[in-house]
Amino acid sequence: MAATTRTLISPARLNRPAGRRIYWTLVILVVVVSTVAFIGPFYWMVTGGLKTGQEIAQIPPTLFPKQPDVGNYFDAWTGIGLGQLLLNTIWYAAGALAFQVGFGVTAAYSISKLRPVFGNGVLALMLATLMIPATVLVIPQYVTVIHMPIVGWNLLNTPWAIWLPAGANAFTIFLLKRFFDSIPNEMLQAAEIDGAGPVRTLWSVVVPVSRPIIGVVAIFSVTATFKDFLWPLLVQPSATTKTVNVGIYAFSTGLGQNVVIAAAVIAAIPTIVVFLIFQKNIMGGLTVGGIKG
Amino acid sequence: MTATPVISAPARSQAAPRPATRRRPRWYRVRRHLTGHAFLLGTVVCFAFFAWYPMVKEILMSFQRTRRGVTSWVGWDNYERIWNDPAFGPAWRNTLLFTGLALVLGYAVPFVIAVVLNEFRHAQGYLRVLVYLPVILPPAAGLLLFKYLYSPGPDGILNYLFSAVGLPQSQFVQSPSTTIVSLVIASTWLNMGGAVLIYLASLQGISGDLYEAAEIEGAGILRRVWHVTIPQTRLILSLMFLLQVVATMQFFIEPLILAGGNGVEDSATGLVYLMYQHAFKLADLNGAAALGVMLMLVLLVFSALYVWLSPKQED
Repeated sequence: MAATTRTLISPARLNRPAGRRIYWTLVILVVVVSTVAFIGPFYWMVTGGLKTGQEIAQIPPTLFPKQPDVGNYFDAWTGIGLGQLLLNTIWYAAGALAFQVGFGVTAAYSISKLRPVFGNGVLALMLATLMIPATVLVIPQYVTVIHMPIVGWNLLNTPWAIWLPAGANAFTIFLLKRFFDSIPNEMLQAAEIDGAGPVRTLWSVVVPVSRPIIGVVAIFSVTATFKDFLWPLLVQPSATTKTVNVGIYAFSTGLGQNVVIAAAVIAAIPTIVVFLIFQKNIMGGLTVGGIKG
Repeated sequence: MTATPVISAPARSQAAPRPATRRRPRWYRVRRHLTGHAFLLGTVVCFAFFAWYPMVKEILMSFQRTRRGVTSWVGWDNYERIWNDPAFGPAWRNTLLFTGLALVLGYAVPFVIAVVLNEFRHAQGYLRVLVYLPVILPPAAGLLLFKYLYSPGPDGILNYLFSAVGLPQSQFVQSPSTTIVSLVIASTWLNMGGAVLIYLASLQGISGDLYEAAEIEGAGILRRVWHVTIPQTRLILSLMFLLQVVATMQFFIEPLILAGGNGVEDSATGLVYLMYQHAFKLADLNGAAALGVMLMLVLLVFSALYVWLSPKQED
């Protein structure tokens, strides 16, 4: 943020000696308190994974592990089968991303630019589902997964049980459609005059100019798959098809506290790495939600 | 008016609706409509199976009972059964309590944090990453951490810290009176980062002139917050209110991991957990569907009230 724009407190007041003293006291206080409150638990987790079962239960807790032992991390990796869980989750997230963004972009483009008959009616029906949160519908959705009407498939324990519902995301459609609406029609007509059909126009004109919003939707989609709990708990009951989030809960019973903590640390690493890489996009994407200038 | 749009398309289009296509031959228009429908197909199939059909199915299921593969209509039986479940009352009470406390903690606290952070010219980037860190944690990992922090008795880490600073020890999720508070605190720690960042973005869109003018009029800090900050961010505040209430009413993972689902004397059972319990522990999908319909109605009424009462965006 620019230092020149003033906020609640005027720069003049901040520059006075008294203002400065209060400001710095507050900054230091907030930094210390939030470091303890937010890094503290992470620190306890990472070091806890290096402690023995006896040491981690000790009160007062030790600040540094007496004999750091990475063995717990290996136990967690094999005992909980974290490798498999991570692979599953990445596979589900990739497919969900393809369905949510692929179907979302084509549908939003169709409604916004091709405007087929009943397009707006379909849009209204989709947006109506925004009013009803997914959790409320888990029971009939589960019944659908077990026995898909008309086709009669059972999707339990298959990736489709996660991929197909990802394609039914009204918020994605809403964000994409609103963005596509703001692309000037002249731009598309120019492509058309050059001989591009709807598919070509979508791919070569609409998608490139919409990269920012597609990025936001993609981040939402991947985060949702990684963090979802109830739905994968229900539709992936088999031990070999679980996601990380469900797996570390389901397999943690009976394991030592230090091993469970080590598993939680490992489970957090991929998401934290991804976050640090895409930090700007993720933090920017957060604010797109419902804010309109 | 609140925040600058983070992302904007190249330019605004004219209102004129495609004059060029008007004069196209009929086959062209038909093909265009068909292409449009083909592009909609994938999404429509997904919505049909996983959004529209389930809505109808839930209502139907709530009036049916399936036993040994035979489905029959049973009227209001499922509703009666769920109503008479001893956990029904506690589940509503806990859900209201959780939602209410989560509003105080998860709604007001992030706003206060954002207002303070917005004044900082130092360490702001660091603090933003800090509050957002728990949000990226897989929720189960974060809650397993709290499970150990919340160990009751003198062996618990939080209890150790409490006694170190002279606070009384707590039983956390082992005592009915503190269960929901403990769940809400864990949930807030895990989730509030998103809200803080959204508020911050919205605060940075407020023009400094407004504060300047208010200050010249003699308004103190609190009055400036009340008369400038809050009105200037009211759209985002009211949207977050709706999202927060709808999201927290569906709490599920917190009681499951921290309190084994029900807690002591059903002090942790939420509506979604009760639904899960009926469907998957008691093999009563129909009872669960009845509860789902009730929850759906409550959320619909709430959303409708919200839309009716919320401040309108003046364009």
